[in-house]
Amino acid sequence: MAAPERVSAGAEVRLQGLTKLFGPVVAVSDVSITVPAGSFFTLLGPSGSGKTTTLMMVAGFVHPSRGSIAIDGIDVAALPPQKRDLGMVFQSYAVFPHLTVAENIAFPLEVRKVSAADIRRRVGEVLELVRLTGYERRLPRQLSGGEQQRVALARALVFHPRVLLMDEPLGALDKKLRGHMQGELKRIQRHLHVTVIYVTHDQEEALTMSDRVAVMRGGRTEQVGTPAELYESPVSPFVADFVGESNFLDGLVVSTNPDGSAVVRAEGGLELRGVSREPLQVGQRVVAAVRPEKIVPQEARDSELNRGKGVVDQVVYVGDATRYAVALGAAGTLTVKVQNRLASRPLAIGDLVELAWDAGDTRLFARAVP
Amino acid sequence: MKVDGIALVTAPATAADRRETRQYLLLLLPALLTLGAFFVYPLFGILLRSIYKNGYTLESYRQVVGTSVYLMVIALTFRTAAVVTLIALLLGYPLAYVLATVRPRLARVLVVIVVLPFLTSIIVRTYAWMVLLGRNGVVNHYLQALGLTDGPLRLLYNQAGVVVGMTYVLLPFMVLTLASAMRGIDPALLRAAHSLGASRWQAFRRIFLPLSTPGIAGGTLLVFILSLGFFITPALMGGPSDVMIAMLIEREVEFTLNWSFASTLAVILLLLTLVGFAVYYRLMRLERLFEGLG
Amino acid sequence: MIGAEGQRTGPGTIGVVAIAAAVLVFLIAPVAIIVIVSFSGADYLSFPPPRLSLRWYARFFGTPEWRQSIVVSVQVASLTMVFATVLGLAASLSLVRGRFRGKGAVYAVLLSPMIVPTIITAIGLYFFFVKLKATGSILAMAVGHTVLALPVVVIIITATLQGFDLRFELAALSLGASRVTALRRVTLPLIAPGVVSAALFAFLTSFDELLIPLFLAGVEVQTLTVRVWNSLRLEVDPTIAAVSSFLIAVTCAVLGASALLRRRTDV
Repeated sequence: MAAPERVSAGAEVRLQGLTKLFGPVVAVSDVSITVPAGSFFTLLGPSGSGKTTTLMMVAGFVHPSRGSIAIDGIDVAALPPQKRDLGMVFQSYAVFPHLTVAENIAFPLEVRKVSAADIRRRVGEVLELVRLTGYERRLPRQLSGGEQQRVALARALVFHPRVLLMDEPLGALDKKLRGHMQGELKRIQRHLHVTVIYVTHDQEEALTMSDRVAVMRGGRTEQVGTPAELYESPVSPFVADFVGESNFLDGLVVSTNPDGSAVVRAEGGLELRGVSREPLQVGQRVVAAVRPEKIVPQEARDSELNRGKGVVDQVVYVGDATRYAVALGAAGTLTVKVQNRLASRPLAIGDLVELAWDAGDTRLFARAVP
Repeated sequence: MKVDGIALVTAPATAADRRETRQYLLLLLPALLTLGAFFVYPLFGILLRSIYKNGYTLESYRQVVGTSVYLMVIALTFRTAAVVTLIALLLGYPLAYVLATVRPRLARVLVVIVVLPFLTSIIVRTYAWMVLLGRNGVVNHYLQALGLTDGPLRLLYNQAGVVVGMTYVLLPFMVLTLASAMRGIDPALLRAAHSLGASRWQAFRRIFLPLSTPGIAGGTLLVFILSLGFFITPALMGGPSDVMIAMLIEREVEFTLNWSFASTLAVILLLLTLVGFAVYYRLMRLERLFEGLG
Repeated sequence: MIGAEGQRTGPGTIGVVAIAAAVLVFLIAPVAIIVIVSFSGADYLSFPPPRLSLRWYARFFGTPEWRQSIVVSVQVASLTMVFATVLGLAASLSLVRGRFRGKGAVYAVLLSPMIVPTIITAIGLYFFFVKLKATGSILAMAVGHTVLALPVVVIIITATLQGFDLRFELAALSLGASRVTALRRVTLPLIAPGVVSAALFAFLTSFDELLIPLFLAGVEVQTLTVRVWNSLRLEVDPTIAAVSSFLIAVTCAVLGASALLRRRTDV
């Protein structure tokens, strides 16, 4: 497959203290992020978290109230969107309905006064990249959602932008197609070395595609890190719950160790060992989070493991795994996720079961004083 | 008729259903009868009168087509309609653009300003322009006061006056049609154009303008068709030689008492109008209006 | 404005807004000027008037012919309002609720008076009523205006009905009410604002109409608009400015009442 010429690698994008106020509403608050050149960076968060507003500020469609945006070291605050040389893919694709596929893709090149011959060549190249060769003359209304999405992508890439901005581009596609497109996007990004800033509320998507992720909430960045960091070492209950799934148990710190671990007494007398990023004090209120797949329904042979005893309340079969809701009495209910293998013994409602999980998989967070 | 997306049976099935259908059809009858008697029947009367003069004949039609005076009236009507349509488009497009793109609260206020004169009687609107454009009228008064002209300009009782008056009356049609079409243009498309490097002018010329063409087509067609049948404004604001079809019709009915000839002219005007509206219907796909009726 | 986010306010934007503003002034100024000028204390219509006075209004309401025309206009418009609303309401109910084929054609017929140039409708009615020797009749004018007002009424009421949640009526039926009772006690009260709005616009359509009463007028029986027309043919009498302001006031009243109704019913 002929590869389009990469003229230069992607640019580094640096956001410093970026803030946006809409009247009294704080949409984005003091966001400072560095997106390394050529990386795939995702802004992840629920709706209203400010991720799209942040992206719009980078694009130039929203004026920051405070803060700066630098692309390869150059402050772009004074530049209107059309001068920032960024590619953008919108959630609604925004493919021009009155132009053919080829005309859509040629648009940014025509605006930049590229010669007709060059236009034809480059349009062909980028169509090949998104695997839409032969679609030149079609009109958008003749295309499926996924095909329109690829046209929008081709259009945003054809002029070799240093940064590609994507606003929940795969939201309208069905699951299978979305998975496929995620792979395609990753492939293209790696091939072109373009910097991508990607906005989504789908944490699975973020984990799959990103080099680094910023979890946003209420206009702020709650945590920035690699997918593994976010999943294994969340800094707050919010991140622990938003990225993947977590069980939460409230409790009080009984004793602490210098290595960062602590013993916690949860409701109903359940005693747990867990780890915390911040130093804890005895008597402090904490919440313990443990992911369902880290809990194993078996007797704890090792005294180092956390354990609990309970009754199976609910059994949900999800194909590759089975989820159990186990009621631990006063301590509450834990969700346990077990891969469906021949060796694993399925449990039924009413079964008495012992659960075990590692102290290292139990993360402790200080509880906010109500 | 749909309730919660479940389509209720369209064809009457039971006797009770049939009775209900009959009741609803009965409700329809008075309106249809009224229109039939006082609208459709008179129209047929006109049609008949146009082809009956001591026996069935197309003589009146031949007279219209054959006499240069009448052809000039038709030509003047078309020319005036074209000029009015063009000016209405040029004046109306910027206003429609503003209407379609500002915040909803402001847009509502602007719509009221556009609609208020629209709902005022045509005679009032025409009279207002007569006052403004007369020899001692407001416009001339200020033009002379500002020193832009020496003597009063002849702005009334000529083509200029007719065009101004008609444009004034028809502008809201153009503005509202254009604005409605413009509101359908996805703002994301323009943002996309900017993100691809297009300046505001380029984005307007290559994206917004082409996408507003259906609105332009609808608006111009509507204003043009309506212009053809105008009577009051050209009658009051035009000069003795500024005769449009509708004025000719009135003259033939009231003064010459040549009803059959008036009817011929009326039929010609009606045909032109109907053809125009057929095209308009297709253009704006007005079938959508009828879709909501179960 | 579309696509204006992040853009500086350039000369293009200012130009567009300037033209739009000018056109808005163009639209509202004549109406405003007429109203202002009608209060002119001078013998002629000058703007701005040198002094304010109600003399033209005094002339307007003081002249028996003008007063008679007000009566005629009100009578014709009132009759039109009743006829058009009753007929239009029935037809709209039938169109929206009934189940039969050919609704599109029926709707087209009901709207057709909007398409036909009014001059043609007017002379058609003239030929019709002259034969019946019924020119100069208030009833004849009302009938003619009803033809024009019917489409307006149908459009407004069908829209209201389509916005009406059928489930209210179904709930009433499920509670034991007969179809008629449900219509009377649930549907009609809820669509009343739309119906009143339609009635007001029917009134206005009739009140503002000139061509039909022009042809159907009698020597003594002239609507306000017709008398204005005849006066304009003779001389530019400043009283007409007062009459015009009166007509504008009626329009504003109808628009205002309609808006109030809509606000009362919008949740």
